[in-house]
Amino acid sequence: MIDWKKYLIVLLITTGLFFTAIYLSNYFGNKKIDQLKSIQDKIAIDILSSETQFSLLSELSCKNFSDAILSSELNELGKKLEWGQDNLGSSEELVYLKKYYSLLEIKDYLLAKKISTRCGTKSTFILYFYTKTESCTECVGQGIVLSTLREKYPGLRVYSFDYSIDLSAVKSMLQIYKIKDTALPALVIEDDVLTGFHSLEDLETRIKESFKLQETTPIEGNNNKASS
Amino acid sequence: MASIFDVVLYVLIFLSVYVQVFFFVTFLENRKKIIIRNGKTKLKFYPAVTIAVPCWNEENTVEKTVRSLLNLNYPKDKIKILLLDDGSSDNTFKVIKRFEKYPNIKIFHKENGGKYTALNLALQNTETDFFGGLDADSFADSESLVRIMSYFEKDPEVMAVAPSVIVSGPKSIIRNAQKAEYNMGVYLKKMLGFLGAINVTPGPLTIFRKKVFDDLGYYRHGYNTEDMEIAYRMQKNNYKIEHCNDAFVHTNTPGTVRKLFRQRLRWIYGFINNTIDYKNVLFRKKYGNFALFTLPMGVISIASVSYLFGRIIYNLVHFLYLKIVQLKVIGFNFSVRSFNFDPFFVNTQFFIFLIIFIYLLVIFSIILGRKMTEGKWNLSLDMLYFFPVFGLIAPFWLLKAVYNTILQRKPAWR
Repeated sequence: MIDWKKYLIVLLITTGLFFTAIYLSNYFGNKKIDQLKSIQDKIAIDILSSETQFSLLSELSCKNFSDAILSSELNELGKKLEWGQDNLGSSEELVYLKKYYSLLEIKDYLLAKKISTRCGTKSTFILYFYTKTESCTECVGQGIVLSTLREKYPGLRVYSFDYSIDLSAVKSMLQIYKIKDTALPALVIEDDVLTGFHSLEDLETRIKESFKLQETTPIEGNNNKASS
Repeated sequence: MASIFDVVLYVLIFLSVYVQVFFFVTFLENRKKIIIRNGKTKLKFYPAVTIAVPCWNEENTVEKTVRSLLNLNYPKDKIKILLLDDGSSDNTFKVIKRFEKYPNIKIFHKENGGKYTALNLALQNTETDFFGGLDADSFADSESLVRIMSYFEKDPEVMAVAPSVIVSGPKSIIRNAQKAEYNMGVYLKKMLGFLGAINVTPGPLTIFRKKVFDDLGYYRHGYNTEDMEIAYRMQKNNYKIEHCNDAFVHTNTPGTVRKLFRQRLRWIYGFINNTIDYKNVLFRKKYGNFALFTLPMGVISIASVSYLFGRIIYNLVHFLYLKIVQLKVIGFNFSVRSFNFDPFFVNTQFFIFLIIFIYLLVIFSIILGRKMTEGKWNLSLDMLYFFPVFGLIAPFWLLKAVYNTILQRKPAWR
């Protein structure tokens, strides 16, 4: 004798468990997205604060304005967003957060560049353009090289941009530096555009040079530029 | 959008959860019927039983096996023991010859033809209404037979009763892992018994009414799993199979990975091929829960483990690829990062919760099986061995069995 009722009850319980698991997953997923949002808000405030401080810079000395005030959490946010994309599914909310993150990166970059020029601080910037599509086999290696460099040189600021992101600001940067998807990965160091894979040693040499350049740049010499 | 691979994963997880919940609900329904008897069991009437011990190169264990039969709490004149040497190349025949003097023991020697041929020779020489086998590497508990026979006494429709097979032999990681697995097997078999859906009548001391063989024919090769084939045949003919949870038979389990692999390859190959042979039974409601639950459950298990294993291998290859790229681009220049646990990176995808749920129910099955065999409720260390040993090796014998089936390669007995 087959107890069909039991088969149905078990089906209902299993379906219930499935939906409970989906609910739990969404609950924790939303918590994570909230966490990302709060980090982004903090970064946005940091940048706004830095910009405001920068506007006041003419009245302050560079002593009060150091690298430390630049947002230190961009890197953490980048990692979490990347992980979120792989594990939380590509929801619209995450796409929006990634766009916002790219925008914050650009703002941070511009601000850091201004401060660096104005105060001659020892910061080196790398703009990194990549794509997650399989066509860019070298992007994986380049990402690892840049992460290693960033750990080795805490003063180094790497801004990564997903080539395929639908954001006009990123598209403008791609236009400025004339970067095409066939030439990925692409790096911009000191306004030089480097395409294809670049080894750790190669980039390290460039960064060291860049450090030296900045060290030798007279602080006063740039004051006029920054205020112009 | 979820990829097709994800959809397959979700479907398999759904079915796996369904199977576990089905067992759990069956347990809740029948928990009061699970009786574990202590002390000596008595019957109103003691029917005569023939027990066959087919041996093939079992010189080390067969004596203990026969002694366990001689020590059974059952009238001696009601037990006929047939010792069958299936063309052993060691001293098995010499060892069993020593039992010639016992009036209820008969010795046979034949050319090697496989276990089922030895059992069939025994069936040809059986004059009792009940027949059973006992593998020559297994040892029956003194109360096992009488407890099994009590099921026949209680219900005339019962055609076969399987015992609880538990692990014997010196301790090792592999055996301890099997101990947990066999405990779980006792619980699952009891549940299948309640569902009337048992698919194996194990070699160690399953007792049949002789009528089964008179009606359905003798044992068949059954891809070296004759104890599975006969159970399939019985289910196809709606013959009732029960499980006597408190009839214990200790069996010598493989002590090495290699031996375990060969044994399981034979079992899984047998399952796949017997299921193919009886495919007409699948999903036919007239064959009951056996057709609607047991067989699909086996197929789901093989599919799920194989698929999950495939995914794990894919992820492992991807991980290794990244490590190789890392090694290539930065050499051994790894920086020592301080490890900070961040709950953000804990995977909370929905299927993870369901996999945890499945594992919890598996642990519950092992605990309950242990309660049914050892009378203890607490967690055992064997579980610690069970998950890594079976998690790592089982996919290989499953996949090899599928591979052998496709290429029609028959695995050896041992």
